[in-house]
Amino acid sequence: MSKTQWEATLTLPVSEDRDHIQGPAEAAVTLVEYGDYECPYCGAAYPMIKEVQERMGERLRFVFRNFPISTSHPHAEQAAEAAEAAATQGRFWQMHDLLYENQQRLGDEDLRSYAEQLGLEVEPFDQELAEHVHAPRVHEDFMSGVRSGVNGTPTFYINGSRHDDSYDAETLLAALERAAE
Amino acid sequence: MSPRATPLPPGTKAPDFELASTPDQTLSLADFEGQPVILAFYPEDWSPVCSDQLALYQELLPEFQRFGAELLGISVDGIWSHLAFARDRNLHFPLLADFEPKGEVARTYQVYRAKEGTSERALYVIDADGIVRWSYVSPVGVNPGADGILHALESLGAEGAA
Repeated sequence: MSKTQWEATLTLPVSEDRDHIQGPAEAAVTLVEYGDYECPYCGAAYPMIKEVQERMGERLRFVFRNFPISTSHPHAEQAAEAAEAAATQGRFWQMHDLLYENQQRLGDEDLRSYAEQLGLEVEPFDQELAEHVHAPRVHEDFMSGVRSGVNGTPTFYINGSRHDDSYDAETLLAALERAAE
Repeated sequence: MSPRATPLPPGTKAPDFELASTPDQTLSLADFEGQPVILAFYPEDWSPVCSDQLALYQELLPEFQRFGAELLGISVDGIWSHLAFARDRNLHFPLLADFEPKGEVARTYQVYRAKEGTSERALYVIDADGIVRWSYVSPVGVNPGADGILHALESLGAEGAA
């Protein structure tokens, strides 16, 4: 997002129990993203994150939290719940990646086909989506973002401080390296 | 960019106003006596930051309603622009047209940008007695988010004013 003049910090600390995490707990730096699966800016950030992860390896811990803005993105909430449903079957990141690689196809049938593609048990997946079992978790993520100063998507936090600069790979990498020192 | 305005400080009696919310209806601040009001001044309909900001507030309406608070958007755009904008962006809270005399309410709240002919991106939280409890002017290009609003509403509750 744009530059701001105040410091915004992560109000819900990263938790190994609760969060979806890639990278070791003892990594030098932690990057948290608040994202929306239907948001084109998040889609643009997705390969940047991949590149940064590739280049930093085990020195980076990456956390993804849901921030669906349904007012603008009608499929974002259901997509977020689909990723959480995949998480209950141990496939969060695979679903996360598929969603960002198919941002134009996030209808209910699409979500189901991704579940099949990932070899998930489709019956509980369908049921959890139909009953919105994961809506409270998605909302908890969302509100933790609001209280941390998320003002649009994607918003990033580096070691708990909001990253108000650009999120192209080079800028992000430089900021992460500074924080890792 | 001109320096940011200084909004009316907390403790000020919020100036009343009456503005069009639809082609044949007006809303006044006095209509909401007894409940907190969030005034979100924004520069213009359709601009990208405004849309993100207002979409976020739309998303947070249930949270605002937990405090019994009413959210009112205000810009200098005319009512037909507001209606088209609200429909296009799925906004279901009133957008008030500070259109004629242009920006009069923004001026009263000390958040008019005379050079640009629009208002600042400014937030007010007004309590149930019509007193300004929190005011904030964001840099025009920056979405101020909603944490400040929620914090202000919580403070009202803590003091038993809501």
